[in-house]
Amino acid sequence: MSTQTVDLVDYDDAVARFDPVIGIEVHVELGTATKMFDGAPQTFGAEPNTAVTPVSLGLPGALPAVNGTAVEYAIRIGLALNCQIAESCRFARKNYFYPDVPKNFQTSQYDEPIAYEGHLDVELEDGTVFRVEIERAHMEEDAGKNTHVGGAAGRIQGAEYSLVDYNRAGIPLVEIVTKPITGAGERAPEVARAYVQTLRDIFRALGVSEARMERGNVRADVNVSLRPTPQSPLGTRTETKNVNSFRSVERSVRYEISRQAAVLDAAGTVTQETRHWHEDTGVTTSGRVKSDAEDYRYFPEPDLVPVAPSREWVEEIRAALPELPAARRRRLQGEWGYADAEMRDVVNAGAIELIEATVAAGASPAAARKWWMGELARTAKSQEVELGELPITPGQIGQLQQLVDSGRINDKLARQVLEGVLAGEGDPEAVVVARGLEVVSDDGPLLEAIDAALAAQPDIADKIRSGNLGPVGAIIGSVMKATRGQADAGRVRELVLERVQA
Amino acid sequence: MSSLSRDEVARVAGLARIDLTPEEIDRLAGELDVIVESVARVSEVATPDVPATSHPLPMTNVFRPDVPEQPLSQAAALSGAPASEDGKFLVPQILGEE
Repeated sequence: MSTQTVDLVDYDDAVARFDPVIGIEVHVELGTATKMFDGAPQTFGAEPNTAVTPVSLGLPGALPAVNGTAVEYAIRIGLALNCQIAESCRFARKNYFYPDVPKNFQTSQYDEPIAYEGHLDVELEDGTVFRVEIERAHMEEDAGKNTHVGGAAGRIQGAEYSLVDYNRAGIPLVEIVTKPITGAGERAPEVARAYVQTLRDIFRALGVSEARMERGNVRADVNVSLRPTPQSPLGTRTETKNVNSFRSVERSVRYEISRQAAVLDAAGTVTQETRHWHEDTGVTTSGRVKSDAEDYRYFPEPDLVPVAPSREWVEEIRAALPELPAARRRRLQGEWGYADAEMRDVVNAGAIELIEATVAAGASPAAARKWWMGELARTAKSQEVELGELPITPGQIGQLQQLVDSGRINDKLARQVLEGVLAGEGDPEAVVVARGLEVVSDDGPLLEAIDAALAAQPDIADKIRSGNLGPVGAIIGSVMKATRGQADAGRVRELVLERVQA
Repeated sequence: MSSLSRDEVARVAGLARIDLTPEEIDRLAGELDVIVESVARVSEVATPDVPATSHPLPMTNVFRPDVPEQPLSQAAALSGAPASEDGKFLVPQILGEE
């Protein structure tokens, strides 16, 4: 990795003077039970080289056989992305030499992808909808995993040798390629992020992948180029590989725009190359110069026959597609009666599932939103975790709200109960009992507290007796304090008035 | 049909990581040329109504059910490896690419 400093143009300046064009390739690992071309089980975190067969290892004479479920998943993805599904398509060999590809070729698809010409509408955080045109989605297999030994920090440069685990080799992948995304202007980084995020949500909704970014189930390669104006021909692009979080997708596009603008300003030319994203430093560095497609010497895979999904099968799959995230959001917004801005906040906070489950647990949509977007959102923010990572379940929020609705606790006590649940003290009911937080509904203790308060503040008591009800609040406050907030303020007020008039 | 140049043979050999001597390149350029020309004659008899094929069998959609098989043991998987470490294949220094 080079340590030389790189000139960057301020982002706003760069997008004021150049028109960015991006293109995104997303690989998703399909959550099938077995690999794409053999029956080796898919396992995550298994001992190295224990989920392999002769096919995964590319041993001589091993013959691939296509996983029918993986084909169905690929069609599901194609349909969800509004693609055409090929009447017939083939696998092809993409030839290159690298230790994580044991056959010396990757079985992929070349000129006949299973799905092509689609589009995906992507909603940005402020509600703007941007349409991304999809060029193709094709089936292929994942590579093994290299670990570099010797040299600094596991990097390839300076390594003495490398170790290869082929457990991942052969896991089914679908690669989704966009057409050049134009017209996003300064919002290009945001569009890139929202696109990958939307895809992730779709993969999950379709049930085709766990789509966990941190496990590398979804990986993005991001192409960026600049041109002087939207009317100019496309500029030379770079491809930043393996950008593996939503935030990194956005940051890497921003960085490349600033970097390329500086190269062009210096009257230089952008080199067409692969670049690497460094999460820690937030920069990209030069990788290898991109090979021409023909260097891969693609040719049809002779060991596999064509895949020709019948129109009946495709329509069957289409009819069985689950509700997709965008449609689901619209439906839930209608059911919950949230305003557009409220719904957007819920979506951006990743709280849809949580609120849905909380409503299912008996809370009203308004109450569910109040908890998750209020107290809990603040807690999550202060602890720097996602809402879903808080140690509380939608079921517990449902219970908590029922305790409020039934009058056993008030809002103030509910916050203490919440605190107890978050501190691991058990379900809301258990916290109420253990902390003795129930609203005091028995008048006896309340009257005692009221008498004490009136006796302690005789001047106030006199004012009230003479008909000036202004200072009643002070007495109520004292009573609430004495009962640690467990009194029903309305009931206390009634009792105070009865007491002074008696 | 233009004949295959020495440069093309050398380039393809390089891509396939095959080390050829200048004499071998000369000989193969000639031999490959004959093969390419022979294959090219197929297109003379193929009329537009004959679809291109990549496979001799008139079959499609040969699928395997998504049911796991017993994988190899780690020892068996590594049994053909020239070297291994920590249950992984040990390969020489990888240069140039990442």
